[in-house]
Parts: sequence; C-alpha cells; structure tokens
Amino acid sequence: MTPTHLPWRVATVAAAKRESVRAKAILLDVPGWPGHLAGQHLDLRLTADDGYQAQRSYSISSAPAGRPQLEITVERVDDGEVSPFLLDVLREGDPIELRGPIGGYFAWMPGDGGPLLLVGGGSGVAPLMAMVRARTRSGDKTPVRLLYSARTVDELLYRAELEELAAAGDGFELIMTLTRGAPEGWTGEQGRIDREMLAARGFPPDRRPRIFVCGPTPFVEACADALVALGHEGGRIKTERFGPTGDLK
Amino acid sequence: MTDEFIPLDGNAAAGRLAALFAAEPTTIVITCESCGREGPLGTLKLYGGAMGMILRCPECGTANLRFSDAGARATMDLRGSSRLTVYGAEAQR
Repeated sequence: MTPTHLPWRVATVAAAKRESVRAKAILLDVPGWPGHLAGQHLDLRLTADDGYQAQRSYSISSAPAGRPQLEITVERVDDGEVSPFLLDVLREGDPIELRGPIGGYFAWMPGDGGPLLLVGGGSGVAPLMAMVRARTRSGDKTPVRLLYSARTVDELLYRAELEELAAAGDGFELIMTLTRGAPEGWTGEQGRIDREMLAARGFPPDRRPRIFVCGPTPFVEACADALVALGHEGGRIKTERFGPTGDLK
Repeated sequence: MTDEFIPLDGNAAAGRLAALFAAEPTTIVITCESCGREGPLGTLKLYGGAMGMILRCPECGTANLRFSDAGARATMDLRGSSRLTVYGAEAQR
C-alpha cells in the first residue's frame, strides 16, 4: 500500500449515457465526496480477480455540487485496457474505485474572473465542460469562448448542450472545428486550431483572457506556442496534457 | 523511454504525489536549480512509470523532482529544485 492522504473511495455508477460514437458520459454517486473545482480530475482504479490493478486519470466534466456528484467522460482508446471495460462492461449500479479531487493548477471557478478562453482537443474538452457548466449553474456572466476541435462530427462531445448554451446569448460563445472533413451543411470551422484561428476567434491579448488548453500533448503544445506567438502572457495560459498513460501505473 | 515518448505534465502526477505533499501538488511553485525557471508543478514535464516518476523543467529539461511509490513507501528526491513555494488558496488559481 502506498501511503497517501487522498483515500480511495467506492463510487456507484448512477448512469452511463452515450456522448459520441467513441465516448460515454459516466455518472457516479460517491458517498463522502468532498466537492471539486471545475477543471480537476480523479484517478480511477480497476482491480482484476487476480489482483492486477490498472489506474487512469479522468477529468471531471460535471459542475461542482451536482447530483450525482460526478460525471466523467470516457473515450475509447483502441487497444486500451481500461476504457473498453468502462464503455462495454460497466453497468448502472456497479461499484468502482476512485480518488480525488486532484489538481488545482488547471482549475477555474465563477468569480475567478475572465474573459475566459477555453481551447479543447478531442476529449480534452471534458474539464472545460465542467468550467462552462459551473458558470451556467452559478449564473456567472464571465465572457467565455470555447474553441473545440474534434476529428469528425460524430466525435463531438456535449454538442447539443453546448449549442443550447451558446444560443442563450449570455456571453458564452462556441466555436467548433472538424479536422477530418465536415458533413454537408456544417457551419462551423474546419481544420486544426492554429495561430490564425486563435487570432480570428479567440480573445485578443489586450483583453488579457485567462486561457485553459487541454488535449493530447501535441495539440496542447501547438496551441500554447501559437497563443504565446500571438502575444498572450505565458503565465495566463494553463495547460493540461493527456495521452496513453498505460505506463503510469 | 523511446524517442516517440510524448510526455504528459505534472497534472497527471498529482494523485500519487499527494502521498507526500501537504499542499495541493499541482499549484506548488518549483524553482529550477539549473535555469531558474519558476512555475507550478502542473507545468513540469512528466516522465516515468509504475516504479517512479520524474518531473522535468519544461525550459531546460533538468530533473526537478523524482518520486517513487513502489512498495509500502513513498520517497521524493528534490535535487534539481532550488525552492518550493506554496501560495495561499486564493493566489493559487
């Protein structure tokens, strides 16, 4: 046993709903959950009958203080050892071990100020979704722009909810881009998020936005470099990388 | 580690580091002993695996923190960091 003051807890799956062709949102009831900040993550642990354990980190995509307490969004990793179990085997009512909340650097809560520029690649939108939901739930009016990149329209997460929030016209703006072709009638952007798109659709540096970038490591590094090149202060750009962490215990 | 290895960052290390840090790990500001860069632990580059983790300075690549939690002990080697700074909860965000 590793010494820790972050205890493992047993959560119960309250619901699992399909979010895209590759992902599900999994809602969890967690007795004694201490609450979380938008942007934080948790560690999830699976134990096989023979004692073998696999552990992964998942961003929390729900606003704080909801019920069930937590939502995580799980996207299928081809040849993964955890995501296929979570997507194909786990059922409502099943127990699952987790610990958290974890993090504090990559976090934003209503009242922290803005404007807020959120840049997400693939399932990297999950912690940004928690920020958007926290803002909505609290009635906060911080101007927010979410630049969200997915490969195809079928892989977009939370699309209906995001479009509904953007339609409310309360200062939340949604810019979606598809990198592997768009269906007929697509009115969003196409192609990767790059310096030009960040200049055209993000906030200008003189508005001093707080910026959160989350996605696969190459996506995060390309976006962060482009933002710095545009004149945004490095200290206002917060990044979180994710990727295959099979070797991380 | 291969040439294709793409490092994550200190955010991914925080669950395990909580075994040794009293403050929330990702917001602790680490000063690199080699180049003097100061930044939250969440911004460091993460290498390593089940036996241990190495967090490196994103500017100069110096190992700022080595952490092992194999077996029943957790241990940290901070050679490579000249300073750790913890700010108040309000200043952390």
